[in-house]
Amino acid sequence: MTTQATETGPVIRFTDVCKRFGEKVVLDGFSMELSRGKTLSIMGPSGVGKSVTLKHAIGLLTADSGSVEVFGRDISEATSAELAEMRKRMGYVFQEGALINWLSVGENVALPLRENTDLGEDEIRTLVEERLRLVHIPDAWDLMPSEISGGMKKRVGIARALITDPELILYDEPNAGLDPEIARSINALIRELQEGLGVSSLVVEHRIDCIKTVSDEVLFLDGGKALVQADPEEFFHSNHPRLARFFGKESA
Amino acid sequence: MAEATEIQAQEEPAAALKKDAAFISFLRSEGERIELLLRTLRRLGHTPKRARLVYEQMFLSGIQTLHVVLLVGLFIGMIVSLQTGIELAKLGQQDQIGTIVAISMAREMGPFITGTILTATVGSAIAAELGTMSVSNELDALKVMSIDRLSLLVLPRLVGLALIAPLLTLVCDTVGIIGGAFVAQAQLNVGYEMYMTSAIDALRPTGFLLNLPKDLYAGLIKAVVFGGMIATVACNEGLKTTGGALGVGRSTRSAVRDSIIGIIVLNYFMTWFMYQA
Repeated sequence: MTTQATETGPVIRFTDVCKRFGEKVVLDGFSMELSRGKTLSIMGPSGVGKSVTLKHAIGLLTADSGSVEVFGRDISEATSAELAEMRKRMGYVFQEGALINWLSVGENVALPLRENTDLGEDEIRTLVEERLRLVHIPDAWDLMPSEISGGMKKRVGIARALITDPELILYDEPNAGLDPEIARSINALIRELQEGLGVSSLVVEHRIDCIKTVSDEVLFLDGGKALVQADPEEFFHSNHPRLARFFGKESA
Repeated sequence: MAEATEIQAQEEPAAALKKDAAFISFLRSEGERIELLLRTLRRLGHTPKRARLVYEQMFLSGIQTLHVVLLVGLFIGMIVSLQTGIELAKLGQQDQIGTIVAISMAREMGPFITGTILTATVGSAIAAELGTMSVSNELDALKVMSIDRLSLLVLPRLVGLALIAPLLTLVCDTVGIIGGAFVAQAQLNVGYEMYMTSAIDALRPTGFLLNLPKDLYAGLIKAVVFGGMIATVACNEGLKTTGGALGVGRSTRSAVRDSIIGIIVLNYFMTWFMYQA
């Protein structure tokens, strides 16, 4: 009963989350929600805790206080088996790709299927080739991570995150290190996944063109709190003094 | 004088606290390793699924170390033969050189030398590989994909090293005994036949454990334990690496240092258990 109710609620909900590393307070009463099937982008100065937020959402970090709910379940209360099941419904695109360096591109993308499903090799190969085509690297199967560029690693990371058809994808700077053409195609892909498949996405990004393309909502994180959360139109026309200062629009 | 006494009084509790912290840190570290070993052993049933990775680990470990084992084993056998031969010659007991070299190699030198070589070459490589994976978020990537890291990364290395260590030990024992024979013949005037007869007599079958000589199987059991211990220590150090390239260096150093200490300490206790207890 409860599961049914929560499964229709927000995909991610942060409530008064606090996190400190030693003396440094990174999140200080941070709250936000990501609605099902929507894309929320998080913006903010460097070192403000954007990636830390993503890591909380997937259970790589635990909040000092407050709660992080994903698919209606408090992550801190989930057992490791429950957490593993939740993670199978999620994809995570790391900033540098985080490809397993001793596996080829194809083996990297196939890894979640080989480890967590009973699919046959032929079926896995078809799915992997399909995902590699989707991120515009159809012939990269046999290349090793050390042989490919940073942008290509990012695309392999996206293909790997997509391979299990996740309901929720967390992107850590999906445009970093990509040329404008590939960046546009990645942004279009994020949008397509949301519109076509109803995938919910939480995106950490600095590039305004990416945020404008992919987001349903934008959140500005600063001082450990969500200062502004609004749709892109409203966000980029906001009169909030901190946002104005961030975008260099502050009057003299 | 009073001031000096006061300073000393302040420093003593601080020094005691420091010692306590170091001891607690040592216990915690050993506890982590034992926990990792037990958690990995619980996954032994995954070995058939990881057969390719186990085979790769054995192959790489064998290739990386075989030439070193051959060279070091040969010279260790020659040294043992020369050192004992000189003394035995004074007593007119040169015919016992083969016995001493064979027993020394099988019981102690073979597993010890192989363990040390595996630590320096394979253990350090494992710690560096896993450490690099840790600092480049690859371990986190496995975690977020719900992939069992112990089954994928630790089990093949543990099983691979535990299997390759006794094979390399056998090679080390053999070349050591052959090296001893060269020296016995060339420098101590002990005939090859006499040397080999005494060596083979020393390693008499026992009717236990595939009818292997006790000195040989005791050495091989030690090698299995050393192989498992080296893999556990190296994997544990690698998995908990933080702090970029410096952290990888620290983990590699700790893995090598602690594995060599582990080999020596375990060697003593296993020798005591197998020969005295």
